[in-house]
Amino acid sequence: MMTLTEKILARAAGKAQVKAGDNVWVKADTLMTHDVCGPGTIGVFKREFGEHARVWDKERIVIIPDHYIFTADSRSNRNVDILRDFVREQGLKYFYDVIDDPEGKWVFNPAQGLLKKQYGSQYAGVCHTALAQRGHTRPGEVLFGTDSHTCMAGAFNQFATGIGNTDAGFVMGTGKLLIKVPETMHFRLEGSLQPGVMAKDVILHIIGEIGFDGATYRAMQFDGEGARSLSVDDRMTVANMAIEAGGKNGIFEFDEKTEAYVRHRTETNGTRSEYEPVERDASENFFSEHVIDLDKLEPTVACHPDPGNRRLARELSDLGLDRAYIGSCTGGKTSDFIAFAEVIRGKSVVIDTFGVPATPEIVDELKSTMWDGTSVWQIMTDAGVQMTENAGCSACLGGPVDTFGRMNKPLKCISATNRNFPGRMGHKESQVFLASPATVAASALTGKVTDPRDL
Amino acid sequence: MSKVIKGPVFVVQDNIDTDQIIPAQYLNLIPTIAEEYEKLGSYALCGLPDSLYSERYVPEGQMDSPFPIVVAGRNFGCGSSREHAPIAMGSADCQLVLAESFARIFFRNCVATGELYPCESEERLCEILKTGDVISVDLDTCQVHVESTGKTYAIKGLGDVRSVVDAGGLFNYARQHDMISS
Repeated sequence: MMTLTEKILARAAGKAQVKAGDNVWVKADTLMTHDVCGPGTIGVFKREFGEHARVWDKERIVIIPDHYIFTADSRSNRNVDILRDFVREQGLKYFYDVIDDPEGKWVFNPAQGLLKKQYGSQYAGVCHTALAQRGHTRPGEVLFGTDSHTCMAGAFNQFATGIGNTDAGFVMGTGKLLIKVPETMHFRLEGSLQPGVMAKDVILHIIGEIGFDGATYRAMQFDGEGARSLSVDDRMTVANMAIEAGGKNGIFEFDEKTEAYVRHRTETNGTRSEYEPVERDASENFFSEHVIDLDKLEPTVACHPDPGNRRLARELSDLGLDRAYIGSCTGGKTSDFIAFAEVIRGKSVVIDTFGVPATPEIVDELKSTMWDGTSVWQIMTDAGVQMTENAGCSACLGGPVDTFGRMNKPLKCISATNRNFPGRMGHKESQVFLASPATVAASALTGKVTDPRDL
Repeated sequence: MSKVIKGPVFVVQDNIDTDQIIPAQYLNLIPTIAEEYEKLGSYALCGLPDSLYSERYVPEGQMDSPFPIVVAGRNFGCGSSREHAPIAMGSADCQLVLAESFARIFFRNCVATGELYPCESEERLCEILKTGDVISVDLDTCQVHVESTGKTYAIKGLGDVRSVVDAGGLFNYARQHDMISS
């Protein structure tokens, strides 16, 4: 009689049964932090547990610098060094450093430009994508991360949610956190996506349906044949944006696609490979039930200034744009760039267009995936897209003023990222329109919001 | 412990996200370093678009705000999990946000840090009050009194959250109640 989220939280709390509204202490399986919230989390940990305190488990804390890396801002560079010092002091097993020298200091060199890679062999890129690729997402587990998009790991049938530095400092010292069991909103996906329609359209449609705060404090459970038809990448795109409706977490069912992905990633990386997924009970208590027919979805846009401000791409064909952007945890995966490249192949963009792969692995995949002898990377650059090898969060969240693709003027940008509140990608009078990689690509070719099916 | 917070309010509307509370470019500041904590305060709410908010929450060149209370609409603090958001507001001397509703992580971060009280109003006060109005908020009787009009409005009680913020956050509260060792 429990939902997927309730089952995971009951297990993590050591209880046979929990229900929505219960406050329970749960054991964390993994704590993730990055360069923006890591130094503050470490500060809280040391302030509260003592200068010589040890973390609760050296193998369950994953530290992934990814936010403000390729910037000359000295404080941001310093923050990566703070992470490295802490990892060395504590002997943490999983740290995906920007540089290879464990005794070194990170200094970005702007003279080399923003496009050519400046990271070493361990760097992993955007934390949420990297967690999955590096074998740290496991079904049935509890993941806390100091980032709101931590919910992306719900794609793997796990409870994953974003927390602040103080809570993370507590987890770092104790391995536990007191949380309220959320009510679950049920989204049964039926049918399958039609040509030109992507996973991003699914979640933008849903957020438009329930509103920007429609899932506040709640879990969003995605299941049904439509959910099973989605690829692992697609599920990540959907789960990633549960937070854009205010959700505590998003979660998918476990199936053979989840199993294959997690097995491959844990084997390749030598990470913990045992796990126990949760399956649906015959009856579950839902806060609300929603049926989404994937066959009927069309390319969708979330207009400035919030992710719930939904329109169809075809209704916005008069809306002129200054810029297009593809990247981020939700929109910078290999499959996202492939969808983008299919639209722009052999054509040229007419507005400034920026491409930021989420991880170095994706950079390599795009360079080695060949279509008629030309790499996908080359197809992107031939079409005029400015592609950087410096995988990371980049301009999705604005960042320091010298960040690649940041809007330093009040421009209109269509973007495959996940958030569009005022100022999100830089200038506070700029406007961001969220859309799928295919819609962003089509719009980059015309300079107006464009339904990719019209090309 | 009786608690009345009184002063001029700064009024904002719906969906004030964490980028508007503390723009991402200032997240290079580490809140647990005293000097950087102070600096975060000087940027509190500076991401609000000038076209919608002509008055700044923290005047240019200053470290603190003259407004101890922020009044907001729905979904205040949505967006990122950055704890810099309630910390920047607390550092700027904000004591209370009175919103129609809060985003989950921001609400929790207010409580965990003990930086400010996140109170929900029963009515849409962001359309009733304007920036500069002086109000007093009694956290015990759950009433808001507006000085200029003499009107009173109800707010929702903070419940268990109150004593955690009173204590100065999660760790202080846990120590006071022997949940963790001192």
